[in-house]
Amino acid sequence: MLEAEAVHVLRETAAEVPRPVLLFSGGKDSIVLVHLALKAFRPGRLPFPLMHVDTGHNFPEVLEFRDELVARLGERLVVASVQDSIDAGRATERPGPYATRNRLQARTLLDALAEHRVGAAIGGARRDEERSRAKERFFSVRGQAGGWEPRSQRPEVWDLYNTRLGAGEHLRVFPLSNWTELDVWRYIMAEGLELPSIYYAHRRSVFRRDGMLLAQSPYIEHLPGETCFEATVRYRTVGDMTCTGAVESEAATPQAVVEELVRSTRTERGETRADDRHGESAMEDRKREGYF
Amino acid sequence: MGAPQTGTSTLARALRDAGRLTAGTGRFARRELRVTEAGGADDWLPGTVSTASTADVAVLVLDAETGLDAAGRRRILVCSLLGVGHLVVAVNRMDRVGHDPDRFSEVVDEVSAFVARLELGDVICVPTCGRDGGNVAEPAPETPWYGGATLLHHLRHLHIASDRNLIDPRLPVQWVIRPSADAGDDDRRYAGRIASGIWRPGDEVLALPSGATTRVATVETFDGPLEEARPPMSVALRLEDEIDLARGDVLSRPGNRPHLDGDVDALVIWLGDEPARPGGRYALKHLTASTACTVEDVRHRIDPDTLRHDPERDVLERADVGRVALRAGRPLIFDDYRRNRATGSFILIDDATNDTVAAGLLVGPSREFEPLAPAIDEAVAPAPGHDPAWRPLPPLTAGERRDGLGYRGATVWLTGLPASGKSTLAGELERRLVGQARPAYRLDGDVMRHELCGDLGFSRSDRDENVRRAAQVARWLAESGVIVLVALVSPHAEARARARAIHEEAGVPFLEVHVATPLEVCEHRDPKGLYRKARDGELHGMTGIDDPYEPPDLPDVLLAPAPVPDWTDLVLNALKNQGVLIP
Repeated sequence: MLEAEAVHVLRETAAEVPRPVLLFSGGKDSIVLVHLALKAFRPGRLPFPLMHVDTGHNFPEVLEFRDELVARLGERLVVASVQDSIDAGRATERPGPYATRNRLQARTLLDALAEHRVGAAIGGARRDEERSRAKERFFSVRGQAGGWEPRSQRPEVWDLYNTRLGAGEHLRVFPLSNWTELDVWRYIMAEGLELPSIYYAHRRSVFRRDGMLLAQSPYIEHLPGETCFEATVRYRTVGDMTCTGAVESEAATPQAVVEELVRSTRTERGETRADDRHGESAMEDRKREGYF
Repeated sequence: MGAPQTGTSTLARALRDAGRLTAGTGRFARRELRVTEAGGADDWLPGTVSTASTADVAVLVLDAETGLDAAGRRRILVCSLLGVGHLVVAVNRMDRVGHDPDRFSEVVDEVSAFVARLELGDVICVPTCGRDGGNVAEPAPETPWYGGATLLHHLRHLHIASDRNLIDPRLPVQWVIRPSADAGDDDRRYAGRIASGIWRPGDEVLALPSGATTRVATVETFDGPLEEARPPMSVALRLEDEIDLARGDVLSRPGNRPHLDGDVDALVIWLGDEPARPGGRYALKHLTASTACTVEDVRHRIDPDTLRHDPERDVLERADVGRVALRAGRPLIFDDYRRNRATGSFILIDDATNDTVAAGLLVGPSREFEPLAPAIDEAVAPAPGHDPAWRPLPPLTAGERRDGLGYRGATVWLTGLPASGKSTLAGELERRLVGQARPAYRLDGDVMRHELCGDLGFSRSDRDENVRRAAQVARWLAESGVIVLVALVSPHAEARARARAIHEEAGVPFLEVHVATPLEVCEHRDPKGLYRKARDGELHGMTGIDDPYEPPDLPDVLLAPAPVPDWTDLVLNALKNQGVLIP
């Protein structure tokens, strides 16, 4: 069901919107998206390129994975570089220990979408089960500034999508809207999809900040008192190294991750909602605000 | 969903928390509960429409103090139209009314009275208290008088029937997959999401609007070909013959085709800020095609409080529900939404703002709902003051025709169960008559359905319309001197009586022949496998199985089982008695 729906959304996008791109971060959601695009359009070529917004602070494992995937599929890849935005003076980096290029990605992305006159940017955002779904859609209209206005979001009835665009507007398309994190992992397991190795438990030098485990890297300054230690961790999302937190986990296979997720939903009983909001899902929220 | 101040969000949160705690447990562990709030404030409409059109169950939250108010009625009406399978009403904030069983009963009565006039099936009401979770997941100690299950229990255990239509094969072409040029072959695949029906390799295919026919070669997916595909799967078909198809075309079956009409009647839920008026122009998106359309008429508005039709209103405001006649720039390929929601629904888009201004449900071609066109003589009557130099001659009478030709036509109407032998008999009669140099022509029910009545289904009214058309064509042919052999199940006595009346008013002999082969014999023969399908539940509305056949009380000829040549003699004899054939 979820797969058929996503394939339908991808085909509608390709058929109705000029010059779509598939936003590819190297993360699991975008890997699932690419797989769904193959389901929708093979044995033909994909009717859109993949677009990667490169912060320059990527996990090397992810870049390697990206290049290997693109080569294997023989599809086009467009890289929009945050470094280029900075060099062109269109984005300014904030120094200090909290320096992150996460927020800068939005600028780079919008510039790239404008440059390529993209009509639809297909992303892997999901409607979290915790969020109200009413204002979120498969197809969401963005104005010239890339802003999201709840009032201008169109009602989506049955599977008939209004993909009309005005001047300077583009669509964000979210074929995975109805998926949960668990659905994504179950799908990865069922389809035997490969992911960058950092999604599975590995030893890494990390430090603790604001309750999150961040990876030690040349891109991040440490605050006083932050000391690195070795831990067995995995990542639930993949983004900029400076702000993507790891979780301690022994799960080294998709099966193990699914089991871990099922367990964790059952043990949430004692947790308050405030904790929820400051947990890992907040990372996804931030990603959505900035990147999506 | 619920109006503001009914505690909808609190209840939704309680439900989500409870649902998550028990996720993956219990007998119905495979059913996943996804709770979505439809939005309660001023902007309730887009959220409710979006959510309701894809939800299995709608939970309407009412304040126990307020009961069913206008906001609640509007929401129920929208859900009913959009085809939500089940409605559960949470009579919430029971603590505010002291958990009073009488107040709960009053609200239940209000809801039942309203819902009785909608197509929503039965409605479940639960007294809840979102704040402390009473009757959400656990029975509330304050409502010992309530013997029913909790809200969560209902959501987990409700039987959710699929509203997918598995009978009428429809596949809108969404995307044409052409393998990359370097692959060297032109192996096109027509990709789309199956709207209805079951699709298998070898199935006959009728493409609309072109009318081209071929067969399914294979049903393809990324993971390889399938033996069978059904809604809502996204697949790609390879066809046996190269018929040029594009996005917007619809694949169906030669014997089961959708309507193809540009003038349509529809129910709409109006979502636009600007009201709908006659003359309004919009883009209409239906299946995978878009076309311009005009609102020809606002036929009536449905009063959300009384559900009465108000034909005086010719404007639909935001959140109004009403019926309109639309004229589309290109014919729509559709079914009645009651029969097929996937092919019967559409949206309207305002070209100026790009807003989605309506969600619509197709009722049928407009001509079915309009008064008949004026009679011929009225239409050709000269305008007042005009002195005609030429007047049309009066039509030939039956006598003039017979005298001129030397013979007269007639209609032999063969009625009986499917597979009773009507077509075989008609064919034999045709052969014998033509052999005697008499013009004779067979009108076969199956051929009629393909060629002249492809827009008709098997409802009572469609079957009767099928009979009416056959009768009209038969009468014209018979008037021209042909002996017409109609082989048509024509199960309804009343429709056959009308067919006779159509002939009698033109003075054409009409012979009703009942081919009275018993059901067991027909079912045993079953040349098209229809009885087997009907018994297997694949086919609904099969005459003799789950649709009634009304045998004629006094047919002109009653045929008990006998060899076909004997039947033929009996019918020819009856024609002699009528003076159609020379004895």
